[in-house]
Amino acid sequence: MSELLSDNSAALQDLRDLVTAHFGADVIETVYRYGELTVVVKRESIVSVLTFLRDDAGCLFKQLIDICGVDYPERAERFEVVYHLLSLKHNLRIRVKVTTDEETPVPTAVGVYSAADWFERETWDMYGVFFADHPDPRRILTDYGFEGHPLRKDFPLTGYVEVRYDDELKRVVYEPVKLVQDFRNFDFESPWEGMQNILPGDEKAEGNA
Amino acid sequence: MSEQKIKNMTLNFGPQHPAAHGVLRLVLEMDGEVVERADPHIGLLHRGTEKLIEYKTYVQATPYFDRLDYVAPMNQEHAFCLAIEKLMGVEVPKRAQYIRVLYAEIGRILNHILNLTTFALDVGAMTPLLWGFEEREKLMEFYERACGARLHANYFRPGGVAADLPAGLLEDISAWIDQFPNFLKDFDRVLTGNRIFKQRAVGIGTVSAEEAFDWGFTGPNIRASGIAWDLRKAQPYDSYEDFDFDVPVGKYGDVYDRYLVRFEEMNQSLRIMRQVIDKMPDGPVIVQNNKVAPPARADMKRSMEALIHHFKLFTEGFHVPAGECYAAVEAPKGEFGVFLVSDGSNRPYRCKIRAPGFAHLQGMDFMSKGHMLADVVANIGSLDIVFGEIDR
Repeated sequence: MSELLSDNSAALQDLRDLVTAHFGADVIETVYRYGELTVVVKRESIVSVLTFLRDDAGCLFKQLIDICGVDYPERAERFEVVYHLLSLKHNLRIRVKVTTDEETPVPTAVGVYSAADWFERETWDMYGVFFADHPDPRRILTDYGFEGHPLRKDFPLTGYVEVRYDDELKRVVYEPVKLVQDFRNFDFESPWEGMQNILPGDEKAEGNA
Repeated sequence: MSEQKIKNMTLNFGPQHPAAHGVLRLVLEMDGEVVERADPHIGLLHRGTEKLIEYKTYVQATPYFDRLDYVAPMNQEHAFCLAIEKLMGVEVPKRAQYIRVLYAEIGRILNHILNLTTFALDVGAMTPLLWGFEEREKLMEFYERACGARLHANYFRPGGVAADLPAGLLEDISAWIDQFPNFLKDFDRVLTGNRIFKQRAVGIGTVSAEEAFDWGFTGPNIRASGIAWDLRKAQPYDSYEDFDFDVPVGKYGDVYDRYLVRFEEMNQSLRIMRQVIDKMPDGPVIVQNNKVAPPARADMKRSMEALIHHFKLFTEGFHVPAGECYAAVEAPKGEFGVFLVSDGSNRPYRCKIRAPGFAHLQGMDFMSKGHMLADVVANIGSLDIVFGEIDR
C-alpha cells in the first residue's frame, strides 16, 4: 500500500490510524501513495468526517483547499467527489473522497467550511453532482441557461451550442454546433508497446489446453 | 405626510468595468451607498481548460497553464510540471531547479507590480502604474530572452526547463536587481504614506485569521491576516530550502496590510533572485532521459535514436503511470494546485486546477458587507483577482 516514503510518512500513518480508529466502518479504504494520504469514506458520513478533521487536535485541517469531481463512467457510482484539506498546524495534507452517481446527493460541506460553497457549485456545474441542502445551488462557470455538465466524459469536447453576433437581429444568437470537418481525436498511442506477446495457440505449449 | 417605503437598489457592477480587473460581474444589493450583499457572477472567461487538457498529451497541455493567470505565467506551469514529475518519479537537475526558482520569483514580481499599481490606480493614484509597467516590460524581456515569448512562455517542462539561459542573461538580471530597489523606493514614497491612499485602504475589508481559514484564503491574503504560512518555507519544492528569505505578515488583515505584504514580498523575491544568481550551478537543464525530455537538436542530426525519441515525444508523448497526486506551488496570488489523475496513458485523465483567486473572490460578499460602494473597488484590487485563473 505504501510506496515512495517521504519525511511526512510517519505523521500521515498516525493520521490514518486516528481516522480509521475513530470512524471504523465509515472508512471504506485508505491509500498512502506519493507521500499523500487518501481516505475514502461513506457518503453519508462526509460531514462528520470533515468536522472531525477540522476540530480534532491531532488533525486541525482548518483549510479546505479544493473540492472537485472525477468521472468514471464505467463504475456503478460514476462520480468521485474529492476534498483536499490542509492543516497549517501540522503541515499536512489529506484527501477525502466519496462516491456518488447522477441521482444521489452528497451532503453539503458548507456548514463545516464556508469555502465549500463555490467549490460545490462548480462540481455541480461541471459534473451534475447534487449537494443536499446547499444554500445556493446555482451554476457558476457556465453560461446563463447552459444545459448539460461539460466535464462529464460523455460530453463532447466541442459542446452542443455555439454563439455568434447576428448583424441583422442585432443580438447574440445561439445555434447548434456546426463543424466544417468532424472533430478528430488523434490517437497516437503506439500499438506495439504493452503487447503481452501472447499468440493464439501458445497456451497449448504449456499444457493448459 | 405619508411614510415612504425605501427599497434596496440592485446595482450591476461590470462585466466591463475598468476596476473589475477583468470580466467580473458583481450584482450589488445597496442600501443607499452601503453594500448589503455582493454576489459575484463569474465564468465569463470560462474556456474549459480542464476539459481541453483531457484531450491533449502532457506536453501539449503545458501551454494552457500560461493562459490561466496570464500575469505570472510560469508559476502555473510550475505546479503542473511538479505534478507530472511526482507521478513519474523524475528527478529534476539542480540547474533546472534554480532556473525555475529564478523565473518563479520574476513571475512574483511581475504579478505584484501589476496588482499593486492597478490597485493604486483604482483608488486614485495613477503615477505608480506608469512607473511599474516600465519595470514589468524589462522583466518580460527576460522572459523573452529565455524562451522567446513575453507572456505565454511554455518554458517549464516536465523534467526541467525547455532551454538553457542564453549567455549574458544572468548578468543582465543581476544588473536589474541592483536598480529595481530605486523603483520600489519611489513607489513607497509616493504611495505607502500617502494620506489619501491610507484613507481608502486602512480598516477596509478586514479579514480575521479565523475567517481567512474558513474561506480557504492562501498566499499574501492569509499572510496579511497574521498567519505566517508560505509553501516555499513549509513544503519547499525545487530547492527553495537552499535560499534565505523572510515571510512578511500583516497584523490587521485589511486592504492596507495586503498591500504592505505584497510590497515586502517583492523585496524578498529580489533577495531570492540574488542568491539564485550567485549560487547558480552548472549542468543539464532538463532530465537526461529521452523517454521524458527531448534530445538535443545537435544529436538529432546524427543519431537515428535521438530522432525517433524526438518524434515519439512530440506525437505520442510520454506515458505517465496510473495514479493521482496533488502538487501545489506558492503562486503570487496564493496556493496554486494541480490535482492530476492519470490512467497510465499519454493524456491526463483528469486535471483539476485549484486557483487561489477562486477562493478569494468568494470572500467578496463578507468583506464588502457594510462598506461603501467605493470600498468594493479597493477590496477587489487588494484580493488580486485575475479572471484567467478563476474562470479557467
